[in-house]
Amino acid sequence: MVDIIVVGGGHAGCEASLAAARLGMKTLLVTGNLENIADMPCNPSIGGPAKGIVVREIDALGGEMGKNTDKASLQMKLLNTKKGPAVWALRAQADKITYPKEMRKTLEQEKNLELKTSLVEDLIVENSQIKGVILENKERILARAVILTTGTYLKSSILVGSKKKSEGPHGERPSLFLSDCLKKLGFNILRLKTGTPPRIKRESIHFDELTKEEGSKELLTFSYDSHDSTAYQLQVPCYLTYTNEKTHKIILDNLEKSSMYGGYVEGIGPRYCPSIEDKVVRFRDKQRHQLFLEPESIYYDDIYIQGLSTSMPQDIQEQIVHSIQGLEDAEILKYAYAIEYDAIDSKQLKPSLETKLVENLFTAGQINGTSGYEEAAGQGLIAGINASLKLQGKDPLILKRNEAYIGVLIDDLVTKGVKDPYRLLTSRAEYRLLLRDDNADLRLRQYGYEIGLIDEQRYQKFLKKKEDIKNLMEYLHEKRMTPQKEVNEFLKEIGSSPLNAGISFYELLKRPEFKMDYCKKFLPLPYEDSVLNEVEIEIKYEGYIQKANNDAEKMIALEKIKIPKNIHYQEILNIASEAKQKLEEIKPETLGQASRISGVNPSDIAILSIYLKKGIKKHD
Amino acid sequence: MGEKMDDTICAIATKLGVGAISIIRVSGPLAISKVNQIFEGCNLEQEKSHTIHYGFIKDKNEILDEVLVSIMKSPKTFTREDVVEINCHGGILPTKRVLELLLQNGIRLAQPGEFTKRAFLNGRIDLTQAEAIMELIESKNEVARKVSISSLRGSTSKLINEFREKLKMIIASIEVNIDYPEYQDIEEMTEENLKKLLIKLEKHLEKIIENSKNCQLVKNGIQTAIIGRPNVGKSSILNHLLEEEKAIVTSVEGTTRDIVEGEVTMDQLTLKIMDTAGIRQTEDVVEKIGVEKSIQLLQDATLILYVMDCSKELDEEDKTILNNLVDSKTIIVLNKSDQNQVIQKEMLPFSHIVYTTTLEEGGLNSLKDEIIKMFEQGEMDEDDTQLLLNARQVGLAEKAKEQLNSVFEALENGVELDLISIDLKDILDTLGMITGQTYQDEILDTLFENFCVGK
Repeated sequence: MVDIIVVGGGHAGCEASLAAARLGMKTLLVTGNLENIADMPCNPSIGGPAKGIVVREIDALGGEMGKNTDKASLQMKLLNTKKGPAVWALRAQADKITYPKEMRKTLEQEKNLELKTSLVEDLIVENSQIKGVILENKERILARAVILTTGTYLKSSILVGSKKKSEGPHGERPSLFLSDCLKKLGFNILRLKTGTPPRIKRESIHFDELTKEEGSKELLTFSYDSHDSTAYQLQVPCYLTYTNEKTHKIILDNLEKSSMYGGYVEGIGPRYCPSIEDKVVRFRDKQRHQLFLEPESIYYDDIYIQGLSTSMPQDIQEQIVHSIQGLEDAEILKYAYAIEYDAIDSKQLKPSLETKLVENLFTAGQINGTSGYEEAAGQGLIAGINASLKLQGKDPLILKRNEAYIGVLIDDLVTKGVKDPYRLLTSRAEYRLLLRDDNADLRLRQYGYEIGLIDEQRYQKFLKKKEDIKNLMEYLHEKRMTPQKEVNEFLKEIGSSPLNAGISFYELLKRPEFKMDYCKKFLPLPYEDSVLNEVEIEIKYEGYIQKANNDAEKMIALEKIKIPKNIHYQEILNIASEAKQKLEEIKPETLGQASRISGVNPSDIAILSIYLKKGIKKHD
Repeated sequence: MGEKMDDTICAIATKLGVGAISIIRVSGPLAISKVNQIFEGCNLEQEKSHTIHYGFIKDKNEILDEVLVSIMKSPKTFTREDVVEINCHGGILPTKRVLELLLQNGIRLAQPGEFTKRAFLNGRIDLTQAEAIMELIESKNEVARKVSISSLRGSTSKLINEFREKLKMIIASIEVNIDYPEYQDIEEMTEENLKKLLIKLEKHLEKIIENSKNCQLVKNGIQTAIIGRPNVGKSSILNHLLEEEKAIVTSVEGTTRDIVEGEVTMDQLTLKIMDTAGIRQTEDVVEKIGVEKSIQLLQDATLILYVMDCSKELDEEDKTILNNLVDSKTIIVLNKSDQNQVIQKEMLPFSHIVYTTTLEEGGLNSLKDEIIKMFEQGEMDEDDTQLLLNARQVGLAEKAKEQLNSVFEALENGVELDLISIDLKDILDTLGMITGQTYQDEILDTLFENFCVGK
């Protein structure tokens, strides 16, 4: 008997089992192959817009992905720097050998955590409560809670052209029985599809014909605590190339040979990540599509062609690759494929990621219909935390939409559900100005500490940063610049209007062209860059941040109004029929959640809110 | 409080006593079976949807009326429920008896507007269409009727939705650059381009608002002030207008005294005559409420009828007031044209001047023609009726315009596009409130439909 069993050792499973073990739970991680722990079967990168902020949030809460990426980074970039700070995001190219190796090391060193190689075939459920799992060798392991993080392995099939094989990534054995077991328990099963591009041999590429894409020269890290950034000299570059009309002709001429267009795929593919055949068909007038050549590892030769995901048969893949500039002689080491797998309907989950149907059963990652390493890890962390809190008799950690991208992600999953694999995008976050790369620790570290994933030393460091920010802000309000000659000359130099009267540095910083760096000319500022940066953003964007906070407060007010579990929507007068149906299906926990269900209109929410306040009853 | 949604309701849908046929509409799950119980002719429960049947309505053995019964099954009906319409032929009494019989059989009498409400709640019509039905019922004149019908057909929704589509496309093209920053093939939205696109949208929005406001005026009645010095004939002009045209006189509680508002409907137009009582009782607005107050009245009015006795010389007081009149909304009424005309049209620098007399039949026709000419909308075509329907909708459109203005300001101040995009989403929400939509996932749909991104 253990406290928590985590089924699956991908990015969700790693975070879930680490969090549970670190919170004192006796934890068992069951995975089909220990070699594939924290495997990266698709792109060799972690982060990017929205996703990169998720990695920062995981780190702020005490998860592992940020630290582990810092150890494995081949190069790192801060993206979107020409835009506002709300959308700045880190992205690393991560070594596909180092990342899993380091993560496995961390798991093996965790004292409450045991690893086991096996496939889970069935769940032990009594009175709608999870009691444990049954392995493929019929061994029964009892547990107080179970977290399913099975990724794409539920009934997975790999498709290349018309060929379809029942297997997971890397030819691994799929989990053939678990999704039927879930179906029997009452879960709705979705069939999803995703795909991956071909890998080619480094030496066979004509790099001299291609544009080099380098990482940042600055030393960047995801983690607020690690110093494992990769020096610029050691960084590995990416390269840029394009498809061309010849490529497109090959694709169009052979369209029906692809698994997708040949009708061999039943699953629904992701909209944000179409295959090259989809792109060519849907955007016929585009003469070229961008491709990034990304190194997978410094320990082997594979180069990943980002942008060329396809389900064409192997001979056509050869033709496609060879039609591309720089890849004329490229040797394909691994062919592209599409993969289909089962997922559950995430609307059947509570915001804690516990299933509504089976108590103490949690799910996280691709099984919930998401895609992406970061989305999986974020959910895994929350599932691990909430399973532990539940067993400790505590309230779950539910991050609000104005607190974290992880909150947006989970709220979208449980409130709206998914039709195609879900990817986080900045546009999904209505308060993205509050959910920045720079302030993930300010938003979440307190939670991490209270739960018990952030130790005292790191917490003290965080408190110091908060104190510094407060002091610096006050200092800049107090200190004034007077209209002296040299000051006005400097202002003129940077294209800013001269002063007529004295103003505070705080006021000066509100000018778009006046940077925090300039303050250093006039003031001693003995603070870390992260503190200076934070204060600068808070001053410059104060108006917008204030507005976002006001909007968020309105949302929180709705979030505080709980909807009783035994509500009968049919009884409520004047709510539209479609809205009633959706409310019955999703059973939102708060009025706020109800307001985000598609098909539930503001007028329905107004009526529901009056009902909750006054309890309008059916009149007869 | 509200009514239940799951029962069956009925009401007489036509005006009682007008026309030869009255229609009783029945809507709800029991509509067909309940009507079938009192109908003799065929078994309505076995008939196809959207068919008409001849027969009789019988109360036990007594025939109440000879009728045609239309049956329309859910969901392709006005309320999206089962609907039956009984066309009664026998005049008021038999229709009422048929209705009573239905009520005796357990069907509930519908509340005013309840069919429309059901149509709205069942997703058959959107908010603007629901409003259009209410406005249609209350339309005072031809313009109001035409605009309501057009809006009911979806023209207001279409207008707003087209506008929102354009805005969504702009937002999506900003967003795609944020979420896919390294796709150099996607054209980067620049401040300059954005400004150009938004200026176009602003002009479009301004036009919608302006047209709608004009139309509101005509639809709801033109605030009209009749002013002039004592004994020039204001009250007889007013009385003649009220007598000759459809008029309503209502008493409105005022602070110092009751203000009486007179409403005169002339063909397409409705005049709301301000302070009617003042004109009638004292024949001297200027004197009673003071020059200052009357100038206030001039500002509030959309139409000013300045009445003068053309048989008398202009005096200083006339000149003061004439100097305060805005030419574009004033008609100078030279009354008592039957007498010696001392004041000539040419002496006054105004575009709209008419001669009137209240002593002769048709002596006010020149005035009526001038009013119609001033507010003439011409023959309204499809485009002209694509308008916002009421003050709520216009108010939201104006709010959207204000929000757009602050976007221009932000652009001037060099605010980054990802922040501008947040402001644009607010505008989308404001406009969505006109039709009752919120944007939710619409932007993502637009983004993925229009931009080629992915691994």
